Amino acid sequence: MVNFFERLGSKTIGLLHASGQSGLFLLRILWQKPDFVRIWPVLSEQLYFVGVLSFLIVVVAGLFIGMVVGLQGYHTLQKFGAISQVGQLLALSITRELGPVLTALLFAGRAGSALTAEIGLMKATEQLASMDMMGVDPMRRIIYPRFWAGMIALPVLGLIFSMVAIYGGYWVTVQWLGVDPGSFWSNMQSAVDFRTDVLSGVIKSIVFAFLVIWVALYQGFECNPTAEGISQATTRTVVYGSLAVLGFDFLLTAMMIGGW
Amino acid sequence: MSVQPDHLVDISNLCFRYRDRDIFNNVNITVPRGKIVAIMGPSGSGKTTLLRLIGGLLLPDSGQIKVNDQDVHSLKKPQLCGLRRKMGLLFQSGALFSHLTVFENVAFPLKEHTDLPPQLLHDLVLMKLEAVGLRGAAQMMPGELSGGMARRVALARAMALDPELMMYDEPFTGQDPISMGVLLRLIKHLNRLLNLTSIVVSHDVEETCSIADYVYLMAHGSIIGEGKPQDLLASTQPQISQFMHGEADGAVPFHYPAKPYLEDLLDG
Repeated sequence: MVNFFERLGSKTIGLLHASGQSGLFLLRILWQKPDFVRIWPVLSEQLYFVGVLSFLIVVVAGLFIGMVVGLQGYHTLQKFGAISQVGQLLALSITRELGPVLTALLFAGRAGSALTAEIGLMKATEQLASMDMMGVDPMRRIIYPRFWAGMIALPVLGLIFSMVAIYGGYWVTVQWLGVDPGSFWSNMQSAVDFRTDVLSGVIKSIVFAFLVIWVALYQGFECNPTAEGISQATTRTVVYGSLAVLGFDFLLTAMMIGGW
Repeated sequence: MSVQPDHLVDISNLCFRYRDRDIFNNVNITVPRGKIVAIMGPSGSGKTTLLRLIGGLLLPDSGQIKVNDQDVHSLKKPQLCGLRRKMGLLFQSGALFSHLTVFENVAFPLKEHTDLPPQLLHDLVLMKLEAVGLRGAAQMMPGELSGGMARRVALARAMALDPELMMYDEPFTGQDPISMGVLLRLIKHLNRLLNLTSIVVSHDVEETCSIADYVYLMAHGSIIGEGKPQDLLASTQPQISQFMHGEADGAVPFHYPAKPYLEDLLDG
């Protein structure tokens, strides 16, 4: 019994310690003097790695998600004789929820884990320590550009996901299942508001980008510099990042739902 | 004009604990300017930790480490960065940036800390690589280099900003005889030609004693012997003699403490 409380106490202290440490880590990133001109070469390189190289998976996933939502939406709305509303269903569910959330989950799995592994490996091979010994701050040189690359890339990828998903749904419902294209697009246009639907999706993407990138960079920077440590850190990035996205999605939706 | 202190590095009453273990217990070390000082000892005696403490990568529990009369651990971040530019540390693994070529690795500190025009930077990097005999490998990636070559590139990079103090962490470990000979020659010549002060951390007795001006022998968190290499080699003090001559048994026993052998066998 005593052992149980001992372990519980130890775990709680460990959790609090990690929370504080990750908060300080975030402050160190945000406290950097903004100098995009100086970091542009590294920033553009990272935009390619986390953004451009995630493009294909986002497009393919978006296409399939749109097709599935279109198919499911058609068959459900058909029972109520409301198949003309399928465009509205597709656009609202994708721009408000599926686009930002699924893009963030894909990003955490692909780019987030890659960032964690890269930084963890740099730590394990003493590259970060050697940089420190050369008088170059690893936070400024390595972490800071990757943070802003993620913050820029994820919202853009989210918009791309939404566009491709809507097209996927159009292809299934209109081209395949025969929904009238005029009613598909006109109902979508009248139902979707830029500020409450599209912009709220972008705001969610920005918040998710912040969470996923923060978790990914922190896990890499603070991991145990061993093979097992890096492996556990990449797993934690995907798990914690995904859970944070889903949790904050609920919070943000609850806050935004009044406008809908 | 200020007078430079005789000792470039001055460590006094250093105490450092890691987890439940005393790594250093009131250790005092001085490194005179222009000399090669060796820190030797068995594995786990804290030699690498000492270099990290001097470089400010770790914080001591108590005591003081001064480099060029500046207390390393009381400096603010910009001042510490400035001090580190006058130090070079050759890591045991080399720690080259795996995504940059040999040329880009050596150019890295120059690009970060200077505004040299590209042509001058190019020439400086080639000069550093020429000094370590690897100008021909400038466009190779670190993954394509042998261990010895990687360490020489790391040495060129550590010296890119012409430091006053060079620290070598186990430079001879895992090297073949030729690479070892090359590294020995480089450490000695560069120290003399560039008027450096060097600290070599190693447990390779013969190689280290061939280049060091002064040796500190560490074990169990303290200095167990110090002096010129020939004095330590001639010492009859059991701990020093066992280490310097590589004796399997002696002051540090071969067998880890355990109950009597027969008793252990019969208990099974």
